[in-house]
Amino acid sequence: MSEAAVRMADAVADTVLIKEVSKTFTGERGNAVIALQEIDLVVRPGEFVSLIGPSGCGKSTLLRIIADLTEPTAGTVSVFGKSARQARLDQDYGIAFQQAGLLPWRTVSGNIELPLHLHGVGRAERRARARELLELVGLPDFADHRPEQLSGGMQQRVAIARALAERPRLLLMDEPFGALDEMTRERMQAELVRLRRETGAAVVFVTHSIPEAVYLSDRVVVMSPRPGRVSTVIDVPLARRDEDVREAPAFYATVTAVREALRGRPVPAPPAGADLR
Amino acid sequence: MRRGTVRAVGAPVVAGVAFLLAWQALVDLQDLPPYILPSPTAILEQLQQNRSDILRTFTASATNAVLGLLAGAVIGLLAGMAAARFRAVDDLVTPLAAAVAAMPIVALAPILDTMFSATSNIPRRIVVALVAFFPIFINTVRGLRQVDPIHAELMRSYAASGWAFTRVVRWPGSLPFVFTGLRVASSLAVIAAVVVEYFGGLQDGLGSRITSAASNTAYARAWAYVVASIALGMLFYAVALVIERLAMPWRSATST
Amino acid sequence: MTRVRRAVLLVVALVLLGALWEGYKAIGGENGGTILGVRVLPRADDISMPHLWQIWERFGQPELSSEGSRSVGVAVLTAMWFTFRVAFAGWLAGTVFGVVLAAVMQRFRTAESALLPYVVVSQTVPLVALAPLVVGWGGHLTVLGRPWQPWMSVATIAAYLAFFPVAVGTLRGLQSPTTVQVGLLHCYAASWWQSLMRLRMPACVPYLLPALRLAATASVIGAIVAEISTGTRGGIGRLIIEYAQSATGDPAKPFAAIIGAAVLGMVAAGSVGAVERALRRFRPAEGAE
Repeated sequence: MSEAAVRMADAVADTVLIKEVSKTFTGERGNAVIALQEIDLVVRPGEFVSLIGPSGCGKSTLLRIIADLTEPTAGTVSVFGKSARQARLDQDYGIAFQQAGLLPWRTVSGNIELPLHLHGVGRAERRARARELLELVGLPDFADHRPEQLSGGMQQRVAIARALAERPRLLLMDEPFGALDEMTRERMQAELVRLRRETGAAVVFVTHSIPEAVYLSDRVVVMSPRPGRVSTVIDVPLARRDEDVREAPAFYATVTAVREALRGRPVPAPPAGADLR
Repeated sequence: MRRGTVRAVGAPVVAGVAFLLAWQALVDLQDLPPYILPSPTAILEQLQQNRSDILRTFTASATNAVLGLLAGAVIGLLAGMAAARFRAVDDLVTPLAAAVAAMPIVALAPILDTMFSATSNIPRRIVVALVAFFPIFINTVRGLRQVDPIHAELMRSYAASGWAFTRVVRWPGSLPFVFTGLRVASSLAVIAAVVVEYFGGLQDGLGSRITSAASNTAYARAWAYVVASIALGMLFYAVALVIERLAMPWRSATST
Repeated sequence: MTRVRRAVLLVVALVLLGALWEGYKAIGGENGGTILGVRVLPRADDISMPHLWQIWERFGQPELSSEGSRSVGVAVLTAMWFTFRVAFAGWLAGTVFGVVLAAVMQRFRTAESALLPYVVVSQTVPLVALAPLVVGWGGHLTVLGRPWQPWMSVATIAAYLAFFPVAVGTLRGLQSPTTVQVGLLHCYAASWWQSLMRLRMPACVPYLLPALRLAATASVIGAIVAEISTGTRGGIGRLIIEYAQSATGDPAKPFAAIIGAAVLGMVAAGSVGAVERALRRFRPAEGAE
């Protein structure tokens, strides 16, 4: 994107704006653990941003700060122009974790309906929406099954359907495909790309898989190990995300760029705007 | 049939039958007097002969066990919910409950008899209620306390109220624990209902017949009432299991 | 919760109960409270519910009105000691048999399939109901050349009750090592005995100790009930019945005996609890009990 285009995008309210956010945890014996140090991050409407980094770099913590599941020790967070807390109270985002976290005593449909149920949506409407979402994630026949009857990949799809239940404009995902095998993972990534195209939501996605980050994102935020800092931000110059793109030269080039950035040896990413497929 | 199933069903059946046959043989061959061990056939005969009284006393003990169990369960559940919610309640009740669980509650029967009346049903039922209270209380507290952290974070992300969280996550999640407590309590309730009669008081249940038959050296008859007590225990356990399976259709297997 | 805090809170709870007792006595009626002819509230007179200080005093007073009778406190303690020893003997025997049976069941799947259902079911049935029937053994059997003593019947019942929770708990513990851990020892060509001693027994400790505590309580209860059924003199169970017979004339005495029984149960459970704490290094970080 050119400088002018960036400034114009700024004029539209950022989906997520993180300014100089720091997070320190106090350890058991009183020693301080600096999880995040002065993070600056912007997520634009409809943008897919991945957070990638080694264990302990604070990427999950950052996501949880955006979700208002924990508070920063310093700095400001704004989501859709509001505080993170207000955004949570207004239910502006949907969230998915590494474990599907389905309630075992509810059916698949019941699990998808959970947020709707909590927010007072009527039964008929809930069921209809759940059915719609099951179609969307490719599990139309499983409405009355119990979570334990589903495989890991299917459970995760239900969790994503649940995250989309209230049509959020922002999706927060913390390594949702981490517990899945490689083939299922690639399938789920393709599903996510399709879902995003259809819903137009912005996504903040935490992962430690480099190919996954490159395949899914518009931008990859590389973070450094503790104390967590943003080391580099790499734009992903791929126009179309289909199955073939995983074998395209530009894909490999971006993967290499991310890998080098993770090793602390940033390599200039392929120039933006050039379609190198 | 799979080999595993054959073994799982066949082995205990074979063992049981073999045990009974060996028992019968031992009594016959050694000519054991009944005060050591009556033969299975003699016991069966007594079961047949006394069946109307067995039914009557079975019902009496069962009633005591059920009423005491219900009372203990209700109080245990309420106390458990209060203890999980209010630290103060937990701090006071849990150490006391642990101490009570370590003592022989049936030994309270004599003083309860004087406090209420030796011809009242209440003392035995109070004993059963006390015995049932502890496992239900301890398991309810445990169940209400343990919440999957993922579910907690999820509910927070939904900005769910504390009450919604309790209703939607905490209570259903505690059911497996509550039912474990109920299963344990139901067995203990039967044991208490039968044994409490050894300590005096109203004597219209299975326990009283066991002691009176034993003191009259009618050992085969005493054993017959013991078999009836065993049947009562198994019945309660089975009913508790059935209720558990009905209430939690999502659980494919329960742990003991 | 620390042990000190727990003990203090127990005392507080007991004080509250005592206050409840005396409070009820102050306001309760002589004949208790009845609903539909059924007395649902106890009688509050001094015969049914002696004052707490009366019970306290009774410990120091002589047991019987005859000359040179020992005090109730001494009588109760002597009886507690008797029952404790018998229950301990039973607990020990039951534990040994339980552990051995569990090891056999772990070794031979068929034994487990054949016997475990009975062991599990036996925990749900009133085994202690058999106590009166063991009476008959007294005087008709000899053990190791010595005639069967009455206390042996009591110990047998106690052993019987201790045996089952120990067997189930030990078996669960012996089976607790993961496939990975078992496989590791297999790779070292460890014999069954070696893997038992080095892997399964240490893994079994966190399961065995709570079972031993349960077994201790069960064997005390078993011993007390068995004493009553077998008419064995000298124990606390017998004492409860004896004192209860003179309850109308001497209301505080049975309370003394029952308090003794309660303390005995707690001491038994507490001693095993102390052993549990001593063996803490075998238990990975666990939540508070």
